[in-house]
Amino acid sequence: MAAAEQASSQKTATTWHGIVLQTLKRNEIKLVPYVPDRVLTTLIKDLHADPYFTTFPTAREEEAVGIVSGAWMAGTRGAVLMQTSGFATLANVLASLAVPYQIPLIMFVSERGTLGEFNYGQALVCRTMRPVLDSLAMEHHTITRLDELEFIADRSIKQAVTTQAPVALILSPLLTGGKTFDK
Amino acid sequence: MTSTRARNTKVMNRFDLTQRLVAGLKDEAVIGGIGNTNFDLWAAGHRPENFYMLGSMGLAFPIALGVALAQPKRRVFALEGDGSLLMQLGCLSTIATLAPKNLTMVVMDNGIYQITGAQPTPAAGHTDLVAVALASGIANSSWAADEDDFERLIAQSKQAPGPSLIGVRIDDKPGTGTTRRDPVQIRERFMHGMGVRQLL
Repeated sequence: MAAAEQASSQKTATTWHGIVLQTLKRNEIKLVPYVPDRVLTTLIKDLHADPYFTTFPTAREEEAVGIVSGAWMAGTRGAVLMQTSGFATLANVLASLAVPYQIPLIMFVSERGTLGEFNYGQALVCRTMRPVLDSLAMEHHTITRLDELEFIADRSIKQAVTTQAPVALILSPLLTGGKTFDK
Repeated sequence: MTSTRARNTKVMNRFDLTQRLVAGLKDEAVIGGIGNTNFDLWAAGHRPENFYMLGSMGLAFPIALGVALAQPKRRVFALEGDGSLLMQLGCLSTIATLAPKNLTMVVMDNGIYQITGAQPTPAAGHTDLVAVALASGIANSSWAADEDDFERLIAQSKQAPGPSLIGVRIDDKPGTGTTRRDPVQIRERFMHGMGVRQLL
């Protein structure tokens, strides 16, 4: 193994974004549309750099949900990346597409609005996220620890696919460092 | 009915155009948007390669994009209303960027929300949706002048080097049939039609 490659694989095993990327790959999730978030920057950059993935920005989060839903029905697995405020735009599409059609929609949500939030609007919109997920009885996990990330993400993806049910994986600032005022 | 002056196109009928499209199909996928576009698709004769939305207004083109990316060898058609497309204009930019050449989009434009009581859309009489598609980067975007032109544009889209969008002016008639609203069956049969799953 070349030195650079070795360094790269060590990086992927020890960073949260590296673990997410490898977990997506291991579960054959190739299509990753996203609406960006500062916290997701490195993950998005690494997804673009890896030819295994088809990754691209969409104008709205529900558009990305439509894309991965269509792709899944045609045989390609996908996941959507977004931040908390983006999740807040999804109630209609979750209730009218992902849940009733039993589509294993996999969402990674970078959590804004808590643990040091500096924008009151973000703090408020964050409070709508879990009630929406709970009201639709959707599976969701908040990931706070690096040592639990792979287990939760890998098992949740497999559960979504086998039970044909959507899942939201919320990436806590405890895991990612979050976005702070001075950044 | 829309009254954009710049357009000298015939006012056609959604069900008639849908029948013309479906009559020429073999294994192509067709995504019907909410309401009348999928009611008329259903009424034109159910086929397992059809997907019918029961909500998620504006997502017919994004869903079709996902199918087109997953199966680049299969032609994918999407039928969307003008009001629905207005909900999700940004998807035209995404589609222009990804540029799947196996995607043909049809916009059924009557300038009204027919199903909710025929109220005019905010675009009625002022916004040219084909011009919006062109400006979004979808070079193969045209209004169909009449039924023959619609069929010609559908055929032409199959040879196009990128995605195509066809605008059709339609009348204010409601949908012809009513889709059976069983989302799991719709999805399961569509997956069977796409060749990714056997029926139980």
